[in-house]
Amino acid sequence: MNELFTFLSFEDPNTRYVVTGTVLLAISSAIVGSFTFLKKKALVGDAVAHAVLPGVCLAFILSGNKNPVYLVVGAFITGWLSLVIIDQIVAHSRIKEDTAIGLILSVFFGLGIMLMTTIQRSGNAAQSGLDSFLFGKAAALVGTDVIVFSTISILLLIVVFLFFKELTLIAFDEDFAKSIGFPVRRLELVLTTLTVMAVVIGIQAVGVVLMAAMLITPAAAARFWTDRLKVMLLLAALFGAVAGISGAFVSYTAPAMPTGPWIVMIISVIAMVSFFFAPSKGILYKMVRQRRIQKTIRDENILKLFYQLGEAEGDYLRPRSKQELVERRELAKGQLNAGLSRLKRHGFLKFHNGQWQLTPEGKNKGQRTIKLHRLWELYLTQYLRIAPDHVHDDAETIEHIITPELESKLEKLLEYPDVDPHMSKIPYQS
Amino acid sequence: MIQQVDNPVLEVHDLTVSYDKKPVLWGIDLTIPKGSLVGIIGPNGAGKSTLIKSIMGLIPLGSGYTELFGASLDQVRNKVSYVPQRGSVDWDFPASVRDVVLMGRYGKLGLFRRPKKADHEAAMTALGQVSMELYVNRQISQLSGGQQQRVFLARALAQQADIYFLDEPFAGVDAATEEAIITLLRKMSEEGKTVIVVHHDLQSVETYFNWVIMLNTRLVASGPTSEVFNQRLLQETYGGKLTLLSEVGNLLKKGQFPNRETAP
Repeated sequence: MNELFTFLSFEDPNTRYVVTGTVLLAISSAIVGSFTFLKKKALVGDAVAHAVLPGVCLAFILSGNKNPVYLVVGAFITGWLSLVIIDQIVAHSRIKEDTAIGLILSVFFGLGIMLMTTIQRSGNAAQSGLDSFLFGKAAALVGTDVIVFSTISILLLIVVFLFFKELTLIAFDEDFAKSIGFPVRRLELVLTTLTVMAVVIGIQAVGVVLMAAMLITPAAAARFWTDRLKVMLLLAALFGAVAGISGAFVSYTAPAMPTGPWIVMIISVIAMVSFFFAPSKGILYKMVRQRRIQKTIRDENILKLFYQLGEAEGDYLRPRSKQELVERRELAKGQLNAGLSRLKRHGFLKFHNGQWQLTPEGKNKGQRTIKLHRLWELYLTQYLRIAPDHVHDDAETIEHIITPELESKLEKLLEYPDVDPHMSKIPYQS
Repeated sequence: MIQQVDNPVLEVHDLTVSYDKKPVLWGIDLTIPKGSLVGIIGPNGAGKSTLIKSIMGLIPLGSGYTELFGASLDQVRNKVSYVPQRGSVDWDFPASVRDVVLMGRYGKLGLFRRPKKADHEAAMTALGQVSMELYVNRQISQLSGGQQQRVFLARALAQQADIYFLDEPFAGVDAATEEAIITLLRKMSEEGKTVIVVHHDLQSVETYFNWVIMLNTRLVASGPTSEVFNQRLLQETYGGKLTLLSEVGNLLKKGQFPNRETAP
C-alpha cells in the first residue's frame, strides 16, 4: 500500500517521467486508434506494431546505441513500409486485405526477431534492454525518451484535433468525401502516419506484440457507452490513461515484470466491464430488458385467463382458485405465483380466503389483451390473407406489443368489427 | 434512340469503364439538358451506379471523359452533389443527424475550417426541406430506412449545388418518404437544378422523370421520357445482354487486354 502512495505522490522524479510518458502515449494511441477502429481497419494497427521491430533492431545495429530518436526513425520506416506493401499487394494481386496483413505482419515480425537474436549474440554492451521492446517496460522510460515520446504524443493529438472533421468524414463516408474533392488518399496517408507514430512511441512501454490492444481496445470499450464521437474519443483516452497508469505502477513496483501484458490486461478488463454492464448496449442491460418483457407477457396472460374464464360464465369478477386457472391454461407454478402476487401489488387482482379475484382495472387490462388478440387475428386474415387457423400463435405475441395509437388505428382500419375470424366477440370498453 | 442537346449541363463522351479489364460500361455518349429530372434505368449489373460514380470521379475511366457545365469536375465541384447508396455507409457510426447533414457543408468549408453559424443554419434549412428538423439531435443508428435516406438528401441539399446525382434514393424507403423525395426533386428541377437519379421501379418512371437514360452495359437510349420510354426500347434494355459483346468482354478480362491501345 505504501508503494502505491509513494507512486501516486510523484515524489520520485523518475516516477513522474514514467507516468507522464505512459499516460500521454496511452491517450494518443487510444485517440488515433479510435479512427482506425471506426474505419474498420483494426488489424492494420497490429501489422504496424509487429512491423516496427525490424526497424528498431536495424536502427540499433547501424547506430550502435539506444538513442530514442534513431529507434523512432527506424521503427517509423519499417512500420510505414509494411503498410505500403500491404496496400500494393491488395491493389495488384488477388490476395485480399486480411491475408495481406497476415503475411506482412509475420514476415516483418520474423525478420525483427532474427535481427534481435543477432544483436543479443553480438555481445554489444549497450544492447541490454532492447528485448523490452517485445513486451514493454514502462520503467525503462527515462529522461530523453520521455521528452521525445511525449513531444510526439502531443503532436499526434494536435494533428488529430486539426484533422478531426476530415478524419471523421473519411471514416464515415469515403465516397462522399471524394465527391466533394477532399484529398482522400492524402488524408488516409495522414491517418496511416498517425497510426505508425502512435505505435512507434508506444512500443517502449507496451511492446510490439501487444501494442495493437492500446490502439483498438480503448475505442472498442468506449463505443459501448456512447453514440457520440467526441464523447467516445474522451472515454477512449480516459480508459487508455487508466490502463497506462496501472501499467506504469506495476512496472515501478516490480521492475522485472513486463509492462505490456499488465496494461493489456487492465484495458481488457475495462472492455469486458463495458461489454457486460454498459447501459443500453451491454449484455446485462439487454438481459434485464428481456426479463421485463417476459414478465409483462406473463402478467397479461394471467389477466387474459381470468377474463376468458369470466367470459365463459358471464361473471368476470367471481373469485377463483389457482386450480381453476391451471386447468384452463398450463402455467409453471413458480411463475404463476410470482405473477399473481405482482398483479395484486399493482392493484389488478384481489386475494382473500385463498381465492383470487379481478379488480375492475384488472378486468379492463385482461379485456384489452383479448381485444387486441382478436383484432390482430382479423387483421391477419383480412389484410395478409392468412388462413384463420394459422393466426392464433402470431396474435399471442402481437397482443402484448400493440401501442394505444396502433390500437385505435387498427380499430378504425377494421371499422370496429364485432367478431374475430373464429366468431368470438371482440370486447370494447364501454 | 440517343438524343444529344446543345449546351448540356452534363456531357459523357466516349466513356468506357472496366472492372478487372472487363468493360461494365461500353462507349457511352450522352448529353443532358439543364433542369432535367433524369431517371437512369436498366437491369441489375447494367452499370447504372457505375455511370454516376465515374462522373463523380470515384472510379478510374478506361477511356473518354465527362464534363459538367462545360468544365471538368474539379473546376465545378461546389456545384455538384452526390448521394451514395444508403447501404454504402455504416449507420451504426457514432454520429447525429446534425453531424451528417453538416458534412454537406464541408466541400465549401474546405480543409481545417470548422462549420460556422451560417453552416448550421444551412443544415437546419436542408433538414426542414425533408421534414426532419425534429430529428436533428437523433443518433443516426436510431433512424428508419426512410429517415436515413432523408438525412442523406438533406446533406446533399446543404451543399446548395446545381446538379445532383442520387444513387437509388427510393430503394427500401416507405411510401411517405418516396412521395416527399419526389416532390422535392420536382421542385428542385423547376428551380433549374438538374437531378439525375438511379432508379429501379419501372412503374413510376413516366410520372417521375422527364428524361430517361436506358442502360445495359451499352447505352440503349437517352432522351425525353415521352420519346424513349416505350415497349421497343424497354425490350432492348431488359432483353438481356448482347451475347457477342459479353463474350468479347470476357476475352478482354481473360487476356488482361487494355480496352484502348493507348491506355496505360
